[in-house]
Amino acid sequence: MTRSTSLLYLDGVSVSFDGFKALNDLSMTIDPGEMRAIIGPNGAGKTTMMDVITGKTRPDTGEVYFNGAIDLTGEDEASIADLGIGRKFQKPTVFESHTVWDNLELALKAPRGPFATLFHAITGAEKTRIENLLNLVRLQDKRDELAAHLSHGQKQWLEIGMLLAQDPKLLLVDEPAAGMTDAETAETAELLKDISKDHSVVVVEHDMTFVRALDVKVTVLHEGSVLAEGSLDHVSGDDRVVEVYLGR
Amino acid sequence: MMTSLLFRAMDAKAGVFLAILLTVIILVPAANLLLPESHPLHVPTYAVTLMGKYLTYALLALSVDLVWGFCGILSLGHAAFFALGGYAMGMYLMRQIGTRGVYGDPVLPDFMVFLNWQELPWYWYGFDMFWFAALMVLLAPGVLAFVFGWFAFRSRVTGVYLSIITQALTYALLLAFFRNDMGFGGNNGLTDFKDILGFDVQADTTRAGLFAASGIALGLCFLICKIITKSKLGKVLVAVRDAESRTRFLGYRVEHYKLFVWTISAMMAGIAGALYVPQVGIINPGEFAPANSIEVVIWVAVGGRATLVGPVIGAVLVNFAKTWFTAALPDVWLFALGALFVVVTLFLPKGIVGAVGQGWSALAARRKSTSKVKAGSDDPPGSAPAVPVSESGPPKSRMPAPDPQPAE
Repeated sequence: MTRSTSLLYLDGVSVSFDGFKALNDLSMTIDPGEMRAIIGPNGAGKTTMMDVITGKTRPDTGEVYFNGAIDLTGEDEASIADLGIGRKFQKPTVFESHTVWDNLELALKAPRGPFATLFHAITGAEKTRIENLLNLVRLQDKRDELAAHLSHGQKQWLEIGMLLAQDPKLLLVDEPAAGMTDAETAETAELLKDISKDHSVVVVEHDMTFVRALDVKVTVLHEGSVLAEGSLDHVSGDDRVVEVYLGR
Repeated sequence: MMTSLLFRAMDAKAGVFLAILLTVIILVPAANLLLPESHPLHVPTYAVTLMGKYLTYALLALSVDLVWGFCGILSLGHAAFFALGGYAMGMYLMRQIGTRGVYGDPVLPDFMVFLNWQELPWYWYGFDMFWFAALMVLLAPGVLAFVFGWFAFRSRVTGVYLSIITQALTYALLLAFFRNDMGFGGNNGLTDFKDILGFDVQADTTRAGLFAASGIALGLCFLICKIITKSKLGKVLVAVRDAESRTRFLGYRVEHYKLFVWTISAMMAGIAGALYVPQVGIINPGEFAPANSIEVVIWVAVGGRATLVGPVIGAVLVNFAKTWFTAALPDVWLFALGALFVVVTLFLPKGIVGAVGQGWSALAARRKSTSKVKAGSDDPPGSAPAVPVSESGPPKSRMPAPDPQPAE
């Protein structure tokens, strides 16, 4: 549990909005290559934690380090994305008036400046990469379809594909299974397990069957700090967790 | 590299548009200069100037479409950039008057003599040279837009708030230019122009030349807009319009993109203003009026946002209607404009070009499905599916595009 060997290191992070403590002295470490599930009741601070890591919200106090050495609290969203942290929103957010293909092309790792994109011409390597991603997220025959016409589940998958296109070191995935059918949920769990073979992944999820299917270490958040950590069986045996989830 | 960019930008619609524009640029001056006045196809000079004015308005509308239609920045202050370009050109034209002014001062414009100024203010230096004035036509609006955009986009001012600040910007400039001691002619502005590049501004040939120049400027700026919007940069712009924070989290610096199109667009508006002034013969602070900028937004909405061709059509149609109404039924014009905006918003949310495009693809889809029915099934044509299932190829064109999102 040291900063230097961790991929993501949060120590004593607090954020408050108008007196409400969204995060309260939160400390957590993600190791390189690890997949972690984060669960917790509504208002536990899961999304705020993502906001802090991705630079959308600045913490009032506390340290956030990426790769052991990079202080994320001083960076903005674009440079954090550039460092290799990809984020999937809770509500699927894709570019609706672009085709599936264009969505992936925009996400693909490439120079991000306006002049670089103005003169950009797509290369063969990029095309192959997009083809591979289309296969991975099972949208091969939707490639020319506008993203607005995809189903909810397909949008979730497209967004995961866009995340992978950035080739990030760490993926933050916020409720990937929300609004999915049981079959889709199971497939998504398989997809994430596949992805975790060569990426570090943090998944925030409500759905317990989904978390069980992932079969990874679980961190339980409550009122902005860590309540319990360990395997799913371990944390669900914890009295405080049961209390928080089921009420007294 | 340039040719490949151009190649990527051209499509059938752009080709048709440029061909029509080219025809107009050639035929209108020719019908004015070459045909005798008695000829039925003769175009009178006043009409050439009027249409030249429409073309500069079309260019202004195009510049608004680039930021509003593609990047979602609803500018309610683009007339400011237009007027600044106009003032830069007006200053050049004032310096060309020389001793022919009422007071005959070789250096000072009439209004400065009238105000008892002894020497030319420093910011009027250089405007006796056309190249310098032409540079200022681009730089004055460009620099203002860059500075304004730098602060506004960096602080992430978006949507309605940004629109309101752009109104404030143009209003502040209106008040500033009204002041006599600003040195821009106060509320009379700059007028009484004599020549441009040595040609008499009143001459038929000069007017025809200015018309052609406006048309060429419109065509070139259209091509630039097309290149920008068809490139990957254009896709990023649309991404910013549709989901700004998603674009940020993908690693794009949204403020740089906005600043880029915003500045380009302001410079285009400046060119439009510079071509407008010699044709109408005057530039005064009234051009900064907030209502002018709002009117431009209406042209774009009528023609069709994010279509590039639409704003040009919208600007020409609305201004043609304005010319007709203000002559025939002057009291009715503002009501007609208001009604037009309401009708377009309610019934043609994508504007004229958007609606025509939609109708066209729907028609094409229906034709395809009926021909399929005729070819090989017993079903009567009436029961053909409205959206046929395609066995191969992308079903792209048949699906209506999602509605463009409002200002935000």
